[in-house]
Amino acid sequence: MSAVRRFLTRRQGHQGRVGVADVLTYAYLVAGVLVMFGPVAWLVLSSFKTQQNLLEFPPTLLPLAQDTVTVEGFPQPLPLFDVILEDGSQARLAQVRRIGLMAQMIDPATPDEVLQVPIELRTPVRSFRLATENYTQSFTRFNFTTYLRNSVVVTVGATLITLIINSMAAFALSKYRFRGRNLIFLIIISTLMIPISVILVPVYLVINQVGWVNNLWGVIIPGAATPTGVFLLRQYMLTIPDELLDSGRIDGASEWRIYWQIVLPLAAPALAVLAIFSVMWRWNDFLWPLIVLTRSEFFTLQVGLNAFQGELQVQWHFVLAMTVLTLLPITLVFSLLQRFITSGIASTGVKG
Amino acid sequence: MADSITSRRRVNALAGSGVRGVYALVMNAVGLVMEPIQRLVGQRNMAYLFLLPNLLVFGIFILFPMLLNVYFAMTSGTALYPQDRAFVGTANFERLYTCTDYTNPNTCLEDRFWRAARNTGVFVAFQVAGMVAISLLTAMVLNRKVRFLGFFRSVFFYPVLLSPVVVALIWKWILQRDGVLNAILIGLGRDPINFLLDGTWAMTWVIIVSIWANMGFYTLILLAGLQSIPLELYDAGAIDGTSALQSFRHITLPLLMPTMMVVLVLALIRAVQMFDEVYVLTGGGPGSATMLLVQYIYNTGFGTQNPRFGMAAAASVTLGAVLLVATLIQLRLGRGSERHLA
Repeated sequence: MSAVRRFLTRRQGHQGRVGVADVLTYAYLVAGVLVMFGPVAWLVLSSFKTQQNLLEFPPTLLPLAQDTVTVEGFPQPLPLFDVILEDGSQARLAQVRRIGLMAQMIDPATPDEVLQVPIELRTPVRSFRLATENYTQSFTRFNFTTYLRNSVVVTVGATLITLIINSMAAFALSKYRFRGRNLIFLIIISTLMIPISVILVPVYLVINQVGWVNNLWGVIIPGAATPTGVFLLRQYMLTIPDELLDSGRIDGASEWRIYWQIVLPLAAPALAVLAIFSVMWRWNDFLWPLIVLTRSEFFTLQVGLNAFQGELQVQWHFVLAMTVLTLLPITLVFSLLQRFITSGIASTGVKG
Repeated sequence: MADSITSRRRVNALAGSGVRGVYALVMNAVGLVMEPIQRLVGQRNMAYLFLLPNLLVFGIFILFPMLLNVYFAMTSGTALYPQDRAFVGTANFERLYTCTDYTNPNTCLEDRFWRAARNTGVFVAFQVAGMVAISLLTAMVLNRKVRFLGFFRSVFFYPVLLSPVVVALIWKWILQRDGVLNAILIGLGRDPINFLLDGTWAMTWVIIVSIWANMGFYTLILLAGLQSIPLELYDAGAIDGTSALQSFRHITLPLLMPTMMVVLVLALIRAVQMFDEVYVLTGGGPGSATMLLVQYIYNTGFGTQNPRFGMAAAASVTLGAVLLVATLIQLRLGRGSERHLA
C-alpha cells in the first residue's frame, strides 16, 4: 500500500536504490507504450498482409503469404501445399485446381503425374512476405492519388492563407490604437470556443450561395480566420517592442514593409506553432469536408477513407494500406518536430 | 565528411535564400498596392486595412452564420435559402423539447434528439472523468524522475496527432468480430464479443477510443502544471514530516487545481462536440446507441434526402448554448491559470 502511495505522489530523487515505486513507474510506462503504439503497429503489420491472410481467424501476427511455384505448362504460378499422401508420407505439391473436396495436385519435379488429394490432407506452405501490392494498387486502382492531391492542396493553401490573414489581423490588434480595437478583439475571442459543428447549416448556406459546394475553396476559406490563430499571434506580437517599429518608420518604411520585414520575422516562433497546428487541423479535418464535398473527385483523404470503409464489401487490405499512407505524413512531421510540438502545446494550451 | 557538410550547408543556404527571395518578391509586389493606399488614408488608418481580410472571412463564415443560425432555427421546410423558408417562431424548439416523460426518449416528439442528448450525457460523463483520471496519473508518473522522458512523453502524445478517421479505422480493425481482440479473448478461453454491434460495448469502446486518442494532450498540460510546482514546497513538507499522501493532498492537488480546471473544461467542451471518431467507428450504431448530438445535427441537416435544416439549427443552437455555459465557466475559472492560454 505504501508503494502505491509513493507511486501516486511526487517524490523526486531518492538516491540509488530501486524501489517498488520505480518498478511500478516503469511497468506503467511500458504498458503505456504497448497500449499507445500497439494498435498502430497492428495496423501497419496488417496492412502488409494479403487479402487471404487478412480473412484468417485467428489472425497471424506477421504477414504470411502462400508460397507459389512456376511449373512448365502452367501460365499462372501454382500455390504450394504440404500434403500427407496415402502411404502416410509427406510431400510438397503444387495445386493445379480444386474440385469440390478434392484437389488436383502435381509434384513440381514431375509435372505430368496428377494426384487426387482430399483437401483436408493438405496445408498451405507459407512464409513471411510483405504484400506491398496493397500499397501500389492503392495508388493505381482507386482515386487515392486524387484524394491525396486534394488533401495537400487544402492543407497547404489553408495554412498559407491562415498565416497571412491571421498575422495581419494580429499585427493590427497588437501594434495600433484605433477606435473599435477592443471590441473587435473581444468579438474574435468570444468565438474562440464556437466550433463549426454549431453553425453547420448557415455556413453551408453561405458556401452554397458563393458556389463553393464541391469546391476545395469551400473547405479552405471558412476555417481560415481562426480566432485561435489571431489570439496566439497577437499575444506574441505584444512582446515585440514598439521602438523597433518606430525606428523603421523614421527610416521611411511603410506600414506594410514594417509588417513583413520587421514584425513577421520576429514573430517566426509563433507563426511556426500556428503553421504546425494549421497543418494538423486541415490534414485531419473531417466533418466540414464531409458536408461540402459530395463528389468523389473532390474528396480529401479523410472523406475518401471514410467512403472506402463504408462500402458494403469492405476491402480491408486496401483500407489498411491507405490508412497507413494517411497517417504517414503526420508521423513524419511529428518525429521531426516532436520537441517543438509538445512544448508549443504545453505553453499555448491549443490542441493539434 | 567536412565537404559534404559544407555543401549541405550551401544547399540549405541556397534554398533559404530562394524562399526568402520569393517572400521578398511577393511582399514587395503587395507593397506596390499597400503603399499608395497608405499615402491616401494615412498611417493610422492602415490598421483597418490589415484587419480587413481576416474580418471579412470571420464575418462571412463565422459571425454572420452565428446570427443566421438563430433565424434558421425559427423556420421550417426543406429549402435551403431563408427567403423560401416558412417562419415558424419557436415551433422547432417546442418540438425539440416536448416529451411526456423526460427520462424516456421514446415519449419525446423528437426522440432521436433526446436519445442523442442522453448518449452525449453518458459519453461526456465517463469520457471526461476517465480522461482526467488517466491523464493525471500519466502526468504524475512522467513527473517522477523518469529516464527517456522525451520518448515516453511523445509515446502518449502520438495518437493526438492522428486524424479521427485514422483512429477510428485502427480500432475498427481491432474490434471487429474477426479482429485481434476477439482472437485474444478466444485464446484466453472466453467467448468472442461483437463489440461494435452491442449497444453497451459500442459505447464503452467509443469512450475508450476517444480517451486513447486525446489523453496525451491533457497529459502534456498537466505535466507542465506539475513541473511548475516549486520543489522547495515538498522539501519543506518532508522536513515537517508529512507523508507522501499528505503532500499529494495538501501540496500537489491545491497547486494543480487551476490546471486541472482548465483540463476539465477543455475536455468537457471537446467531449460535447464529439463526432468524427464515433461516426467512423460505429456510425452512431448499433441502432442509435452511440449517436451523439453533433451526429444528430449532421443526420438531420445533411445525411438525409429530406434535410430538416430548421431542426438541425435548433439543435445546434441548443448545443451552442451548452458550450457557451461551459466556456463562461472556463473564463471564470481560468483567471488563475492564464499561462495556459497566453
